Amino acid sequence: MTTSAETVIAPPRAQAAAAGAATVGRKQGFQHGGWFVAPFLALFALFVIWPLLRGIYLSFTDANISGDSAGFIGFDNYREALHDPLMWDSLGHSAFFTLLVVPCITVLAFLLAMLAHHIERGTWLWRLCFFLPFLLPSTVAGNLWQWLFNPGTGMVNHVFGIDTPWLTDKSYAMLAVVITTLWWTVGFSFLLYLAALQGIPGHLYEAAKLDGANAWHRMVHITLPMLRNITGLVIALQILASLQVFDQAVVMQDFGPGPEESTRTFVQFTLEQGFTSYRVGYASAISIIFFVIIAAVALARMWLLRNREEGAR
Amino acid sequence: MTTDAALIRIKTRTRKAWTPSQIVLTLLGVAVSAVFLAPLAWALFTSLKSETEAVEVPPHWLPKEWTGQAWKALFQTGNITDWFVNSLVVSVCVTAIVLTVSALAGYGFARTEFRGKNVLMGVVMAGLMVSPAVLGVPLFTTVQQMGMVDTYWGMILPQCAPAAMVYILYKFFQGIPKELEEAAFIDGAGRWRVFFTIVVPLARPSLAAVGIFTFIASWNNFLWPYMVTNNPDLMTMPNGIATVMNSYGIQWAQLMAGGLMAGLPLIVVFVFFQRQIVSGVAHTGLAGQ
Repeated sequence: MTTSAETVIAPPRAQAAAAGAATVGRKQGFQHGGWFVAPFLALFALFVIWPLLRGIYLSFTDANISGDSAGFIGFDNYREALHDPLMWDSLGHSAFFTLLVVPCITVLAFLLAMLAHHIERGTWLWRLCFFLPFLLPSTVAGNLWQWLFNPGTGMVNHVFGIDTPWLTDKSYAMLAVVITTLWWTVGFSFLLYLAALQGIPGHLYEAAKLDGANAWHRMVHITLPMLRNITGLVIALQILASLQVFDQAVVMQDFGPGPEESTRTFVQFTLEQGFTSYRVGYASAISIIFFVIIAAVALARMWLLRNREEGAR
Repeated sequence: MTTDAALIRIKTRTRKAWTPSQIVLTLLGVAVSAVFLAPLAWALFTSLKSETEAVEVPPHWLPKEWTGQAWKALFQTGNITDWFVNSLVVSVCVTAIVLTVSALAGYGFARTEFRGKNVLMGVVMAGLMVSPAVLGVPLFTTVQQMGMVDTYWGMILPQCAPAAMVYILYKFFQGIPKELEEAAFIDGAGRWRVFFTIVVPLARPSLAAVGIFTFIASWNNFLWPYMVTNNPDLMTMPNGIATVMNSYGIQWAQLMAGGLMAGLPLIVVFVFFQRQIVSGVAHTGLAGQ
């Protein structure tokens, strides 16, 4: 591992030293860059690049948790994963969660930000109230809502006078996780929207008012277009975060897979394969598949952004 | 509202006036806030009930008999003080290391030249997509090989290479006018001296944002400490509460008290640093554009 870190760091370091000795004059101040990035790159190489490379290697082996008996088995892990109904189910659960959470959070965060932006008193108070849940650890949010959704002793059913088996019925279990997540994380996107709203120049609205635009027109023709970039960012961040959902889902189901295994997410499936079944090789193959999915989403976003910029030109 | 003078007058007056629309909006704000705070109030009231009262059916908001028994038991029986100290040690170390290495790297990438810079920058950006959730198992086996399972270092170091923070600071450093530095170079100051005496003070708001967000993320991090620690004495707050307290059969009043304890430090931090956090969200969020 040490060697891998050094090979990554060595080129800039050697280059910077050589260049620093050779150059004189104004440019000199801009040399030695290697030393600035070296500490970060060392950590980055050890805990990001190396695990990634190691994961790729392990995914072609039948390694167990102690790393022994790492026989090379080619694409067998990948072939098995693609035919593993459990993998597809857990991927489906994460995707379903993402599909529900992302639109809800985006709309909710926007509405909350509009509300907080337009109330003239106590701005800090609304900010505090809407952001507060985000400051709780995910496990605390999970435990709290597990308690709220508890049939009988929980407040949710009591307040609404219903009798829904939130945590024990497969049609509600993931919905309960979604509601928990909305309450817990909407504050972050809310603050992004609030900041963006405050950044819209006031003279745009004044000009529109002069032209006789009503509140609805101002919203559709000024506010929404001005918020397009932040909306793109909120959606992208939420997709990436939601695909990686784990904490709330397992906490709310006492670290089990949920009723009829309906809340087992992709991360949970990977960890089960690695740490419960001790199949590190197989878990690594699933991790690499997951990495490819995340990378595809991120690249798709970059591609969309570039196309839009070109379209605007 | 058609002239500047009118605008100013209206602005100063509306601070005091309760127009009908403001009354409606404020009432709406109060209602929404009540919904947001109700779960927290429920947790607080539950923690002040006895364990038997906490599980009564049907549930009720206020304790019939107020008792601090759950809070007392929390400190007497649990490892809660250990977990608190562990969380503090881990979060402070992570924040300090992240601030140092990402400020240096952000500056290095933004303002210095070295061979392979663009390629390395691309690799770092690709690292944005790797997290313990995505590559947890290979990361665990790596840390295991280093013999860092169930150690502070094992919890701390893997959280210390956040490409996102480097990117945020990189964007910020790119915006600093080069002339500021060049003047200092001409006066004979070295690269490091310029960095510490000119660049770092200028970057204080960005560094504050990065620091606060790293601290929040690290304090609330569950997944990585969950993977890398089995020893209850080494667990952090979110971990100990979720895994150890649950495993003894759930005592809800105590669990809620523990949860509030775990959330309290960040709530205090937020109340004191609200302005920095809000501008930090704005800044870091917009930097991603």
